[in-house]
Amino acid sequence: MEATMQSQAGTTVRVTSPALWRLTATELRKMVDTRAGIALLVAIELLVAALVVVQLFTGRADARTFTGIFTTALIPVSILLPVLGVLSVTSEWSQRTALTTFALVPRRWRVLLAKGLGAAVLALLAVAACLATAAIGNAVGAAFMHGNGSWHFTGRTLGGAVLAQLLYVFVGIAFGLLLQSSPLAIVIYFVIPNAWSVLGNLVSWLRSWAAWLDLNTTTGPLLQDNTLSGQSWAKLAASVGLWILLPLGLGLVRLLREEIK
Amino acid sequence: MINVNRLSKRYGSHVAVDGVSFDCPPGTVTGFLGPNGAGKSTTMRMTVGLTPPSSGSATVHGVPYRRLLNPARQVGLLLDASAQHAGRTGRETLTITAQTIGVGRQRVDEMLALVSLSGAAANRRVGNYSLGMRQRLGLANALLGGPDVLILDEPANGLDPDGIFWMRALLRDFADRGGTVLLSSHLLHEVEAVADRLVIINGGRIAAQGDKAELLKSAGVRVRATDGDALRRALASAGIETKATSDGALIAHAPAEAVGHTAAAQGLVLLELHPAGGVEELFMSLTTANHTKEVA
Repeated sequence: MEATMQSQAGTTVRVTSPALWRLTATELRKMVDTRAGIALLVAIELLVAALVVVQLFTGRADARTFTGIFTTALIPVSILLPVLGVLSVTSEWSQRTALTTFALVPRRWRVLLAKGLGAAVLALLAVAACLATAAIGNAVGAAFMHGNGSWHFTGRTLGGAVLAQLLYVFVGIAFGLLLQSSPLAIVIYFVIPNAWSVLGNLVSWLRSWAAWLDLNTTTGPLLQDNTLSGQSWAKLAASVGLWILLPLGLGLVRLLREEIK
Repeated sequence: MINVNRLSKRYGSHVAVDGVSFDCPPGTVTGFLGPNGAGKSTTMRMTVGLTPPSSGSATVHGVPYRRLLNPARQVGLLLDASAQHAGRTGRETLTITAQTIGVGRQRVDEMLALVSLSGAAANRRVGNYSLGMRQRLGLANALLGGPDVLILDEPANGLDPDGIFWMRALLRDFADRGGTVLLSSHLLHEVEAVADRLVIINGGRIAAQGDKAELLKSAGVRVRATDGDALRRALASAGIETKATSDGALIAHAPAEAVGHTAAAQGLVLLELHPAGGVEELFMSLTTANHTKEVA
């Protein structure tokens, strides 16, 4: 969008709304320009590296393949990306920067979109870091620790990993947006789906529901090296609807209507 | 140019802002005065679309703020200096705004220099800033986009006398070059020296607005005698309305000469007789008059 206005000097200057790429770059910057933001990213990479190293010393040597190391190393990423998603949204309230953010960009949904895109970039970088670390681990394992060393890797594995990590970071954003509080969103994120998983194991009729609605269960097939069945996709879609789209929709309504102080 | 048109905000049964209207023309500084909790901040947040009004509307340059494409290029805002990320440096705080609104990094350095936060201070975390430094950083943030309208909520809070003097000069210059300034305060003396116009709000309603000199004149005179009760009776019998202040003086709605004559006729000893200029007296006189004053 474009408009013209009179500047104070009396000359006409052109005003355009900030482009989405510009907002995305800003939101990405905000996720990494504080100690807390950097610490979270460093923690993810350190845990990935630790899991790769552990795999070199445990299990059967001939089972140590690139794909195997990679998918296991993704575990800490899956756990911490939701936290990153939560914080990317809730820090606006905990640090009270929402006042400036939404004054600079009054169309609030654009900020949210930029946050989603920025977080997606970080999720992709995390998967890339995981690939690189797993590659080093596989090479070292094959050279010095009698590892299988197979480099077999399919686009299906990569696609599944990327999709799963994107969903994990978005579930964090959805919870953060709905609750607007870091501790509340993080605790509820970890408690509800896990309570669901545990209950599903105890109560038989809940188990069949859990197979459809527990995100931990439904994203599982994404990280296994076989093609998802139609029913697996349907289950994934149902859980994404419940844990991502529903809180995202409610959170967006809250964001658009609320008073920002 | 800012136009506020019958803005109201209700929270449940509590009316925080009740039908507030005023205009801020270009080339002027408008002081928005009222005690804490009078509705100043809520009115300002409604003006810039952060708080949805219960009714009424506001525009900047004739456009509702939320419809401005890149508002920071036209309107500089400082609503709460303490609402800044404690973990970012001063420079990083400005860089994020600069990146959002599309102004160069060079502008960040210029603004840091303008508010005397360049050098080492720029690279310290905002969490380690004093309130005065946060106010100056907030002002730099507001000026970053080169706006011609400034909306500042209690910008003098935490500034030392030098800082207040500096800010007055900056705002005066901004308005003299054709800019529009709206700044709030709960202390009259903070805005008295720089404001051309005053909008006074109390209990969510406009108590008075208009030209500063006219308003201060209409505030009446402050008078204090050795025998306060006798003075009050004397003035009452002379038909002069008064109201007692918290420190034993009276605010009288009459010229100083009339008050002085009345006291002299009764042989009362006066300790004080001068124009009531303080914000407290202003509120007193306005509530005494018991109706909304409009001074052109």
